[in-house]
Amino acid sequence: MTTLTVLSTPPAAPARGAPLLRPGNSNCGGCGMSMALQIFSRALEQRRVQLVVPASCAAVAAGPFPTTSLGAPVVLSTFGAGSAVATGLARVARLNGDGTRVVCWAGDGGTYDIGMASLSAAAERDEDVLYVCYDNEIYGNTGGQRSSATPAGASTTNTPAGKPEQKKDILGIMAAHRVRYAASLSIAHPEDMIRKMRRALDLTGFRFLHVLAPCPTGWKSEPALGIELVRLAVRSGLYPVVEIVDGRKLVINHEPDFSKEALELYLSLQMRFQRSGLSAEGLAEAIAQSWRDLRARSGRIVPADRER
Amino acid sequence: MTVRLLSANHAAALAAALAGRANRAARGFCSGVYPITPSTECMELLCNQEIEKGEVVRVESEHSAMAVCIGAAASGARTFTTSSSNGLALMAENVVAAALLRLPVVMVAANRTLGPPWNIWADHGDTLMLRDSGWVQLYCADNQEVLDTVLCAYRLAEDRRVLLPVLVCQEGFVLSHTMAGTDVPPQERVDRFLPPLDLPGRLGETPRVMGGIDVPHSTEVHRAQHHEAMARVFDVYREVQDAFERELGRRPADPVVTYRADDADTLIVSMGTIASTVERAVDEARARGERLGSVRVRMFRPFPAEQLAALFRGVRRIAVLDRDLSLGFGGVLWGEVRGQAEPGALVQGYVIGVGGGDVRPEHVAAIAADLAVRTTAGRPVLMEAGA
Repeated sequence: MTTLTVLSTPPAAPARGAPLLRPGNSNCGGCGMSMALQIFSRALEQRRVQLVVPASCAAVAAGPFPTTSLGAPVVLSTFGAGSAVATGLARVARLNGDGTRVVCWAGDGGTYDIGMASLSAAAERDEDVLYVCYDNEIYGNTGGQRSSATPAGASTTNTPAGKPEQKKDILGIMAAHRVRYAASLSIAHPEDMIRKMRRALDLTGFRFLHVLAPCPTGWKSEPALGIELVRLAVRSGLYPVVEIVDGRKLVINHEPDFSKEALELYLSLQMRFQRSGLSAEGLAEAIAQSWRDLRARSGRIVPADRER
Repeated sequence: MTVRLLSANHAAALAAALAGRANRAARGFCSGVYPITPSTECMELLCNQEIEKGEVVRVESEHSAMAVCIGAAASGARTFTTSSSNGLALMAENVVAAALLRLPVVMVAANRTLGPPWNIWADHGDTLMLRDSGWVQLYCADNQEVLDTVLCAYRLAEDRRVLLPVLVCQEGFVLSHTMAGTDVPPQERVDRFLPPLDLPGRLGETPRVMGGIDVPHSTEVHRAQHHEAMARVFDVYREVQDAFERELGRRPADPVVTYRADDADTLIVSMGTIASTVERAVDEARARGERLGSVRVRMFRPFPAEQLAALFRGVRRIAVLDRDLSLGFGGVLWGEVRGQAEPGALVQGYVIGVGGGDVRPEHVAAIAADLAVRTTAGRPVLMEAGA
């Protein structure tokens, strides 16, 4: 059982190890998943790691045989099987006691949708796997279709008028499995992100990290603005930065200022919300409600509206 | 000799456990399993085995069962799974992946009819659906053969000239649940037969990608290599038979098993347990003075075309019995076998025993009688075995 004392330990100075994503990869400019991989390289330091990447942009980014732009041993798995292939690697790593950390690096399609059954089962079995979902809220690799991670109101190639349904609460789903550790990560808050990645790497059992990963191609946003978009999502309360230990101890890592201006900027800087006309006013109540729920679960019963 | 009364499911599980333990000095054993009738008892017994340096992962689907095997095999472990019917259909994506990644996974299928409508009885259509998945396929006719074939499958799959997954097929209930005296070899003899697995190119610490994008030309090269590895299976399998005989004292069956075929003017070709029935019918026909013989295709992939062509030399009448039906075509085995007969030979397809219909010697006698009066081969005959 882990304790919260780890939280007070200041993060070690980030040391640049071998980059996980090497130059020459085929990702789009401003790809949030690329940034998440680079931050993950810094978190890894000297740890022995093996990656499983189910079908996704991250799989394509590895490049054509026999080259690889990924600086780690990797199995590219079938779309829905990332957690199960990682299970096989992790069990054999444990049998051989070689200290290898097995990481499944998957997109939102491979996590929220087609990979949900194998993910849920691996979490239930408490496999010694670190699962990282880079969530670009779209099937990026197939050209930008809706996933169950796409937020309501976002236009995609198969929901041109804007997706009518709400995004799944993936962190809540994983916490309900009582996994050892679940956390949401912001690429605009890299120190918090690296600290959580290291914490997750060094725990045993199933761990889940969620990274909001801007996709300029799918979000119809300026590639240079990815980190800024995530900062706005965090500031406005749209993307809560939290961690959940053993499925019950929820800690809010970053207190938003619930800025309406930040939310308006977040929406207006992406063309995907234009057609549905999704507005900051329209989102305010849903955000307030999600924060009332978060505070209740964190034990800090402070109404969100009083914190503004 | 430790002869035990075992079902084919249990024989397969004990063979997998013996093979798993035999890899304890290397990367160990890891199996992903999920229940489906009639293969369930195989995974149940495996889950109750003590396997030093071994793990059996109880997953949530057949798709994940094969995925666990893929991960474990990529890491250099010996692996095993078992399934049937719709389980194999759900698993199919990862069945193909295991082969294309050239991982020496071993799987036992208890053949069962695909559904719905649900039918739990024997039919070869489930594994024949995986015909082109890049796996070696072996079809067994008795429980001892299942045990021996599973052990041989590891040695064949892991041979560096092969490096292919192997599917061992046994018909649901006919073998899977039928007890027969089966010799279970002691661990130390299996240890000698199955050396520790040292998988070339296994995932270690060096950055590399298994399954990276294949552009058309590299795909052409990889398929050619895979195809050539299949072609090497016949020679390697002969060495596996020799080694098995040396270490375990009996010789596993050949890729094609004949019965009173040498002087036969009429051959009946089949797979699995139907061939056992055919052999009985051959004895009865011989007693009547008919020169009937049986040919059992045990290895279906790679397809033993040359062996069959040699057997068919001078034979004018050939019946091919399929416990499967490729809808809109006919029997799968018939489709492949007929091309090996001499020009002018009469090759007639009969589909019998689909959905678990009980094929009896009198059915075979009726087929032989039908074949004897034919002047030309016609469309496949669909027979009702009933029961």
